[in-house]
Amino acid sequence: MRHYPSAALLAAFALSAGFAHAETVLSVTTDGNAETVAAMEALTAAYTAAHPDITFEIENRPGGADGDNLVKTRLATGEAGDILQYNSGSLFQALKPVDTLVDLSDIQGSVIDSFKSVVTAPDGTIRGVPFGPAMGGGIYYNKKIYAELGLSVPKTWAEFMANNERIKAAGKVAVAQTYGDTWSSQLFVLADFYNVQAAVPTFAADYTANKAKYATTPAAMAGFQHLEDVYKAGYLNEDFGVAKFDDGVRMVATGEAAHYPMLTFALGNIKQNFPENLEDVGFFAQPGDDPARNGLTVWMPAGLYIPAASTHVAEAKDFLAFVASVEGCNIMIGANGATGPYLIKGCELPKDVPGAVADMMPYFQADGMTAPALEFLSPIKGPALEQITVEVGSGIRPAAEAAALYDQDVEKQAKQLGLPNW
Amino acid sequence: MKQRPSPYPYWFVLPAAVVFVTLFLVPTVASFWFSMTRWDLFTAEFIGWDNYRQFFKEPFLVQGLVNTLIYAFVTSATKSVLGLLLAVLLTSGILWQGFLRSVVFFPVLVSTIGVGITFQALMHPTKGVINLALSWVGIDGPSWLSDPGLALYSVAFIDLWKGVGLATLIYIAGLAAISPDYYEAARIDGATRIQQFWRVTLPLVRPATVTVITLSLIGGLRSFDIIWATTRGGPGFSSDVLASVIYKQYQAGFYGLATAGNVILFLLIAIIILPLTWWFSSREVDL
Repeated sequence: MRHYPSAALLAAFALSAGFAHAETVLSVTTDGNAETVAAMEALTAAYTAAHPDITFEIENRPGGADGDNLVKTRLATGEAGDILQYNSGSLFQALKPVDTLVDLSDIQGSVIDSFKSVVTAPDGTIRGVPFGPAMGGGIYYNKKIYAELGLSVPKTWAEFMANNERIKAAGKVAVAQTYGDTWSSQLFVLADFYNVQAAVPTFAADYTANKAKYATTPAAMAGFQHLEDVYKAGYLNEDFGVAKFDDGVRMVATGEAAHYPMLTFALGNIKQNFPENLEDVGFFAQPGDDPARNGLTVWMPAGLYIPAASTHVAEAKDFLAFVASVEGCNIMIGANGATGPYLIKGCELPKDVPGAVADMMPYFQADGMTAPALEFLSPIKGPALEQITVEVGSGIRPAAEAAALYDQDVEKQAKQLGLPNW
Repeated sequence: MKQRPSPYPYWFVLPAAVVFVTLFLVPTVASFWFSMTRWDLFTAEFIGWDNYRQFFKEPFLVQGLVNTLIYAFVTSATKSVLGLLLAVLLTSGILWQGFLRSVVFFPVLVSTIGVGITFQALMHPTKGVINLALSWVGIDGPSWLSDPGLALYSVAFIDLWKGVGLATLIYIAGLAAISPDYYEAARIDGATRIQQFWRVTLPLVRPATVTVITLSLIGGLRSFDIIWATTRGGPGFSSDVLASVIYKQYQAGFYGLATAGNVILFLLIAIIILPLTWWFSSREVDL
């Protein structure tokens, strides 16, 4: 914060001079993901080119729970800078947006409605703009292994397990899991939400209202059961307990493993680290029980927000309006290629997308083939889920017990949020 | 005799008192208050003993508590035993004594996070040096840091490797304080080396033993950094200790609950260490 006093002086000067030639430095905090950094650098460079008096200072924060902690602390102490990149949905709600973030309802002209709802504060105001593409949660598969063994993309969980059995019989790793990065263990549970909603359409509302539980809803339990099943069947890579996200990406891209359950943003990593394997990787939604209802669980992109303590609200808002425009969207596509649909009206993806994206797009184009992940429908997400899913996926705790344990974790979060009925 | 008044006025204590009160006393008292609230850094709502009830209801807490005790006693016991043996060896005048002393002490100086990351690589189940070495002699090494039954002990071993140097140093100082006369007298009486160790060294090095046990026990009870750098309490909750459970509550934004956990950790350390110190100091012996 060394520039702080001078920046405040400049801001005061700018107000009196009507923004004439004032130079403003906007401080931006983002997660350290390679895709995020590339997109943010491209956007800020383009914006500074058009507005030479505005420059940016980009700082990377850690991801996961460490990052959550940092963001909350900085917001509480008024040190979160001018622009903040952070998750939408339930994690956004945990920031107490009414108190900590600036109202951005007036720059939503190009934003698609489905995103607005996941950055809407409890008072009905919209406090963020989308940054990056929407993601699907599902299963990457290695096309070479599929071709070699004559397998086809599964439409039900039973078919998926039958494929795994044949892959294992061929002496290969059927499912890569990377519990060294604990967050990656949640996929089978979280990405199963399309199937949960297909079976119990009111689950999200009942869950928020303390009426439905994971342990007592068989469809919701299924995700935990899947984790237990793939472990028990011996389909996992030998080092699943310590492998990291990057290992999982490598395994499915290079054919060390046939499947890797993950969000579609991983495609950016494949593109950067294994460009020659980009077309070896395909993607399908996590299958459920009913082949006729095989749809995709969707993650909304992160949002950009302006902390309430920012001293450059007007400038930051103008930049965010630029990000939430077709022009900004095209710059992000230029920086990272197309890894999923952007939530900006009139922003089209290029025709030549990688195979895994082409696999995902049909889900978005048909009606009723996608469902948002639970964290975008309910403000409650238990913070210990990633440890619990590691336990189930490592055979430490049976699925039923784990689901009940997660229900307790959810209750704790709901109480902290001060929700009614809890 | 009438005590002479101090030549210094009482307000000389003020600068130190201000620092102590604002940086230590106020936060300590405040943490007792915040542990009774539902606190999200923005607002704190008083909820009485609910945080404490919730903390003891935490299903992972009981395991964390047991793990904390296991971890503290295992590291403390191994550090004192091994530290003493190393100290005896390194004061016996063996070849390269000075060099070996620095080798033993060196890990103490290395950053804990660095040690954690190094051991993550060394203990990797398939690519780690430890299991590669074991495979040469035909042993199929386990997954040191991701086997739920083993992870806590693997971390305790890393802690031992890193901390035994300090215990050795304290013991070397303790051994140097023992007068050679005792050994001479023992030798004249025909005591063997082993008898000398049990009858002379061990009783006389007692002050060092007390220091080593107390320090390593406190260190073990509030241990966090090495665990976070290697397993983050995992797999699942199997190597969670009190401090990592508390840290995760902070991460999740349960600030009041986490503060209650810290108060509990503070009380636990006090309950274990205070009687221990009293017991040690009441048994000072003369030889």
